[in-house]
Amino acid sequence: MSSEAAGPSPLLEVMDLSLEFRTRSGTVHALQGVNLAVRKGETVGIVGESGSGKSVLSFAILRILDAAARVTSGAIEFAGMDMLAASERSLEEVRGREISMIFQNPRTALNPIRRIGRQIEDVLAVHTSTLRADMKKKAIEALARVRIPDPERRYHAYPFELSGGQCQRVMIALALACNPQLLIADEPTTGLDVTTQAAILALISELAAERRMATILITHDLALASEYCDRIIVMHAGHVVELAPTGQLFSRPRHPYTARLIASTPAPAQSIATLASIPGNLPDLRRTDLPNCRFHERCGRSQDACTALALPNIPVDAQSGVRCVNPL
Amino acid sequence: MSAATLKHIRYVATENPVTLVAFLLFSGFVLLALFGPWIAPYDPLASNSGAALKPPSAAHWFGTDSLGRDILSRIIVAARLDFGIAVSAVAASFVIGAALGSLAGFYGGWADRIIGRIADTIMAFPLFVLAMGIVAALGNTVANIVIATAIINLPFYIRVARAEVNVRRGAGYVEAARLAGNSDLRVLAMHVFPNILPPIMVQISLNMGWAILNAAGLSFIGLGVRPPQAEWGIMVAEGATYIISGEWWVALFPGAVLMLAVFTFNLLGDGLRDIMDPRMRT
Amino acid sequence: MILKRLFGALPNIVGVVIVTFILTRALPGDPAAYFAGPAATTEAIEQVRASLGLDKTLAHQFVLYLKDLARGDLGNSLTTGQPVVTEIRQRLPASLELTFCGLLIAVVVAVPLGVLAATRPGTWVDHLCRLLATAGVSLPTFFTGLLLAYVFYFLLGLAPSPLGRIDVSFPPPPAVTGLYLVDSLLARDLESFRASARQLVLPALTMGLFVMAPLMRMTRASMLGVLSSEFIRTARASGLPRSQVLYAYAFRNALLPVVTTLGMVFSFLLGSNVLVEKVFAWPGIGSYVIEALVSSDYAPVQGFVLTMALLYVALNLAIDVMYVLIDPRVGIEG
Repeated sequence: MSSEAAGPSPLLEVMDLSLEFRTRSGTVHALQGVNLAVRKGETVGIVGESGSGKSVLSFAILRILDAAARVTSGAIEFAGMDMLAASERSLEEVRGREISMIFQNPRTALNPIRRIGRQIEDVLAVHTSTLRADMKKKAIEALARVRIPDPERRYHAYPFELSGGQCQRVMIALALACNPQLLIADEPTTGLDVTTQAAILALISELAAERRMATILITHDLALASEYCDRIIVMHAGHVVELAPTGQLFSRPRHPYTARLIASTPAPAQSIATLASIPGNLPDLRRTDLPNCRFHERCGRSQDACTALALPNIPVDAQSGVRCVNPL
Repeated sequence: MSAATLKHIRYVATENPVTLVAFLLFSGFVLLALFGPWIAPYDPLASNSGAALKPPSAAHWFGTDSLGRDILSRIIVAARLDFGIAVSAVAASFVIGAALGSLAGFYGGWADRIIGRIADTIMAFPLFVLAMGIVAALGNTVANIVIATAIINLPFYIRVARAEVNVRRGAGYVEAARLAGNSDLRVLAMHVFPNILPPIMVQISLNMGWAILNAAGLSFIGLGVRPPQAEWGIMVAEGATYIISGEWWVALFPGAVLMLAVFTFNLLGDGLRDIMDPRMRT
Repeated sequence: MILKRLFGALPNIVGVVIVTFILTRALPGDPAAYFAGPAATTEAIEQVRASLGLDKTLAHQFVLYLKDLARGDLGNSLTTGQPVVTEIRQRLPASLELTFCGLLIAVVVAVPLGVLAATRPGTWVDHLCRLLATAGVSLPTFFTGLLLAYVFYFLLGLAPSPLGRIDVSFPPPPAVTGLYLVDSLLARDLESFRASARQLVLPALTMGLFVMAPLMRMTRASMLGVLSSEFIRTARASGLPRSQVLYAYAFRNALLPVVTTLGMVFSFLLGSNVLVEKVFAWPGIGSYVIEALVSSDYAPVQGFVLTMALLYVALNLAIDVMYVLIDPRVGIEG
């Protein structure tokens, strides 16, 4: 594992974060020892299966998890601010203004009975000192910036009157209305058709580059990640298992799970018969006897050392790394 | 009932002690209704003006009313009447309503429209007002209370049956039964109907509580049950004039028992709902 | 779209009129005897039969019935000799005032409780609310009224004597709407206002208690559903303050199903009106019909059923319209 400090200090640092959920059927150990650093202007991808903890991590950063979630160790620092110790008031000032988030299912992620123009104005009203008289203009500008056709008319529209792709653009407009330093995009294109997917991601890329905004792109689609991200983090069952610049991750994956993920991504002309899959399922995170390496039971290369030794996590300032005793 | 169902019921009962209590209370009331006249310490109709308006005592646990009749006995015997009314009304409502609703859901078309229109017309009235109108028009008897209560509950069963049948109409086993040569009616009765029963059962329990309240309300304003019959509603009415002057027991005990009976049915309905589908809990 | 709703109400009005007609003219037994009263002689019955057109065919009778209704003629009361429509008009405001105050009390208590229970799931507040909801629908309205009168008037002496709308030492305020609260405010008579308000408390509370339960239950369920929905998460992630998220975003969306519950609520209210008016000797149309029932005076009963039904249709229409105005999505589904 190489660890080189690269450039100025990171915008966002997640250090050794462990998080669990208390549920009726037991405690879910959702995240363990997660290290993550995002620098200004870069696009980091987080990939993994459903249930790997990608979304939980992003909600944890913004502190919008519900009451059942508990951080058991670690720290989250954003632009010098301790996110875990911050008051709800300070967090409200950060959300939507310094860190923004967009979600999947854009239609249901917008208030169904409120006009989209008003929803954008709500965000502007909370975070900026825009005058009442200028609100409408600014909202329409925000809509124009995300390439919504005919923004003056769309300003009055309700979400149900827009297509899925347009709703996602509205969400992006909401998220970028106050020029945040970091945008977290949680599966922003799931549920959209392929052409729209490309358009949305291109839009995000462009706007991010324009404003030198850092982006975290969460996706289960490796192909998308490879195209839009500078660096990729691979997560499995609550652990960060590998971290590398995009090119390096795909040409020389080091964690067995990463290799499997890449192998199971269907190539354009591939037949179903030759589709590779990853055997087994994610371990039940409620188990109290979870091994150090949670991929251990599905891995073809596991050794005794995998469960015997404590596995060090990838350091937060590393440019690349792997959390494995027996990497490829 | 399969072993799994029994286990599930036991689980619900222990998870939800309230349901168990409700069931016990329900059984208690059923016993009262069945064996009331033999349990009652005094003759509910026997008046004794010398012992009028006596507060609760060892001799008369719930006191006596204005005619010297023992209130406890009257309450016990009234259980039979109130339950009888509620059961008959709900049964009639259920049978007719479910039949109509099933027909509407199964055939659609004009059957659906007509039956829907009937249900809507009933629902266009405030239900208690309609019940009043029906009893006033038909005549002041207990039978008419049953008829009125049954009518006002019809739309409810029509709707539930229609919705459930509609959903199941295209189901595989229905098609199979049809293809096997069963007539439509037979398919409806033997295959579809048994499957819509569970959701309806919950509502029957809740309806029973409401039917008792309805009957008591009608009696309270003088419709249906006439003195000297013992019925919880009419007993509260008889006690109403005395409560303001301090003889609280005449109205309180019948009212409290009435409340308990309705509460029991509501709790039971909630418990049944938990057994059927825990996701429906509100 | 609103016109559509208006047209939608027409079949209900037609249904109501037909049913009331059936209830009065087309039932087994001799309607003329009903209308003539129990003390009538055979001649009197025949006279009534002729004057009410009960000797004609049903179809003809129906036409006459419609004509009468169009003229606002609901027949005359046997006991008072007055036209039923006049008496109902005089007494209606009292019932309306009672009903709306009951609704107000119910909403003011039930909705915040429902919101509270939804924002604190699993706590004692939540359990208490659910228990109250189940208990609330078990309370017989007439019994609750009696209990309240007994406790607050007889035992504690806090409430005034449950006999009417305003203390006997006060004259009623000059009639503009017939609603004492409104009229006394219009006449700037605070004394009258307070006196009528005092009389209203117990009966309105009784009315409201029964409907608190479904309102609270629906608010809680609806709010719970909305709070876990995705757009609330977006609102939080945008940094909207908690209060704004709760009220402008969550609550408004949660209100929609609650508005549709109002239909059922009004059904209960209009029905239990009669019971409450009997307990508290409230001079509205409820006690009017009870007196009529006691003396087998049939025309007022018919008038009462018709009035209440039409009122209910109108209220449901208002609720429908309100819903259309609140929810912009309704337009596309019609």
